[in-house]
Amino acid sequence: MFENLFVGIADGLRSLLGGLPLEINEAIVMLVKLVAILVFILVNALWLVYMERKVAGYMQARIGPNRVGPKGLLQTSADIGKLICKEIIIHKDTDKVVFMLAPVLVFVPTLMVFAVIPFGKNMAAIDMNIGLLYLLAIASLSTVIFWMAGWASNNKYSLLGSMRSVAQMVSYELPMVLAILGVIMITGSLKMSDIIAAQEHTWFIFTQPIAFLIFFIASVSECNRAPFDLIEAESELVNGFNTEYSGMAFAMFYLAEYANMLVCCAMVTILFLGGWLAPFGLDFIPSWLWFFIKMYVVMFVIMQLRWTYPRIRVDQLMGFGWKVLVPLSLANIFVTGIGMYIYRAIGW
Amino acid sequence: MIRTQEYNLNFGPQHPSTHGVFRLLLTLDGERVVKAEPICGYLHRGIEKLAESRTYTQIIPYTDRMDYLAAMLQNWGYVMAVEKLMGVEVPEKAEYMRVISGELSRLASHLIAIGTYSLDIGAFTGFLLAFRERETTMDLLEELTGSRMTLSFARIGGVAADAPEGWLDKVDKFMDKLPDCIDEYDGLITGNEIFQARTRDVGVLKPETAINYSISGPTLRGSGVDYDLRKAKPYGIYDRFDFEVPLGKNGDCFDRFDCRMREMRQIIRIVKQAIEQIKEIDGPVIAKVPKVLKPPKGDAYEEIETSKGIIGYYVVSDGSTKPYRVHVRRPSFINLGYLDEMLRGYLVADVVAILGSIDIMLGEVDC
Repeated sequence: MFENLFVGIADGLRSLLGGLPLEINEAIVMLVKLVAILVFILVNALWLVYMERKVAGYMQARIGPNRVGPKGLLQTSADIGKLICKEIIIHKDTDKVVFMLAPVLVFVPTLMVFAVIPFGKNMAAIDMNIGLLYLLAIASLSTVIFWMAGWASNNKYSLLGSMRSVAQMVSYELPMVLAILGVIMITGSLKMSDIIAAQEHTWFIFTQPIAFLIFFIASVSECNRAPFDLIEAESELVNGFNTEYSGMAFAMFYLAEYANMLVCCAMVTILFLGGWLAPFGLDFIPSWLWFFIKMYVVMFVIMQLRWTYPRIRVDQLMGFGWKVLVPLSLANIFVTGIGMYIYRAIGW
Repeated sequence: MIRTQEYNLNFGPQHPSTHGVFRLLLTLDGERVVKAEPICGYLHRGIEKLAESRTYTQIIPYTDRMDYLAAMLQNWGYVMAVEKLMGVEVPEKAEYMRVISGELSRLASHLIAIGTYSLDIGAFTGFLLAFRERETTMDLLEELTGSRMTLSFARIGGVAADAPEGWLDKVDKFMDKLPDCIDEYDGLITGNEIFQARTRDVGVLKPETAINYSISGPTLRGSGVDYDLRKAKPYGIYDRFDFEVPLGKNGDCFDRFDCRMREMRQIIRIVKQAIEQIKEIDGPVIAKVPKVLKPPKGDAYEEIETSKGIIGYYVVSDGSTKPYRVHVRRPSFINLGYLDEMLRGYLVADVVAILGSIDIMLGEVDC
């Protein structure tokens, strides 16, 4: 009965507004959808911080937050509340407009990306036919915002951090796109729903394991998580691009990191883990729940990575991207092509 | 060719990875270090000058404040110098107590060194796991001395107190547990691929250079120079113990780190032997020394191996109750001498790795 919970709500809303002209009706439904996604992301980012701290706590032989609210669940809310009350310090040498624009814009690419992500069966806000391309294009925009923040801060540590973010983007974006190419070759479509439908029988993690690994590494790098957290690198650059930020401006960057993680996990889930498809015929669990389960499993792995691995150096990251991941992803495309040719030739 | 410009970066005194209030004035070309100028003195308290207006016993707590992570070793170096000046014979049991508490102090210091080093490289978990064992060490030292960090346990002529009942067994039990913990660090930090990529062939210190710059401690032994005072010129009763001196091969950051790691295993050996031997000894823990210390005119120099390197105390007496001059050879300060050349040509990320691998203690650098 929960299978079509959200789709049902949308339909109900439509029929409720049945008296209005069709365009206005659709516009209102779309607005509600977007607000729902917005709330979902913000609440998720808030609670992911808690999850992260809890995971870190248990990995490090301690308990983690356990004071505010039951089991410390309201810890992040309290932290954000504190940060809202704090003054945003803008020192006199900053480029004030850009400096304040960066934390405002930092959520924009993330929110835009969520427009095309299918959270369940028929549950994408917009099922674009170039969905994947749109997603890749928008997701890499966040680099520009980090650069804005670093440059406008007029601080050498921030500048170094944002320079690193550009260097990092150049070296991981290419293998990321090339890795996805294997998936696109098999499905023959950039549409999210087609990609998920193509994984009806086997998930792409089994048919495209190398592409999965490359994509996973690149997406960890995309959301600037350890071992690729070069742009923050607190032991080297104090706090990288957001060294000069305080109060809510800082909190925006902090929450955006988790929202970005959410995007990356959603992408891994859609491209390689079969999206909202239920494995082993476990259909009684609604599709959107499956999507979240898969997403949080990926999230958990990323969190474990962060608390296990040290930070890679900037030249090593670029070397790894260009010398290992790019050739590997090209080889993957080659092998996939040959495999598909043979597959069609024998005509299974 | 693009015209580039060098710029200065103030690395510290308020920076998370300088292990205190150390300041490095870096001249950078992009991320590459062109020149590095170490600037210290932010924690200078004038301990040497203060010592001139204190009695000999009153100076002991000041030595704590130099290397507060291994306070017992600092006390020990100072009291040895005064004992030499006065010609006091230290009872055997006191020597054993000094070895046990001193090695525990060294263990605490090494645990901090490896923990903060893994934090410098970017692995937070290693830091907290090392602190877990350090906490046990601190608890043991607290039970013995009543203080966690500034122990002031050594006295001129011996130590402050005998071990409380059952304390030696507790230490023994902890030493049985420790190898597993060290294996855990090895698995988490030393064996990690990224950690090795970050530290191998970074900040290479050649053996000749290390000797020329008078570098000591694990920093020296990481370069493969076999010089540990406990073995080379055994002071106290170190000639009674069977242990090895771990050496590195290449003299890079990894070797220095690994030396500390393996040294911890040797600490376990020493402490276990000491506990076995002390149980058969009965007697006082402090020699008979007068209440008011008035060493004869003259001077004395004694040096011991601390966790950071060789610390030397030079005490000059003019026959009064207060020393005429106290000078300390501080290993952390001297080990920093080669830093500039060591950093040149490396990236900002390596600056942190190299500085951390020397394991400086700011209280000692600035004295």
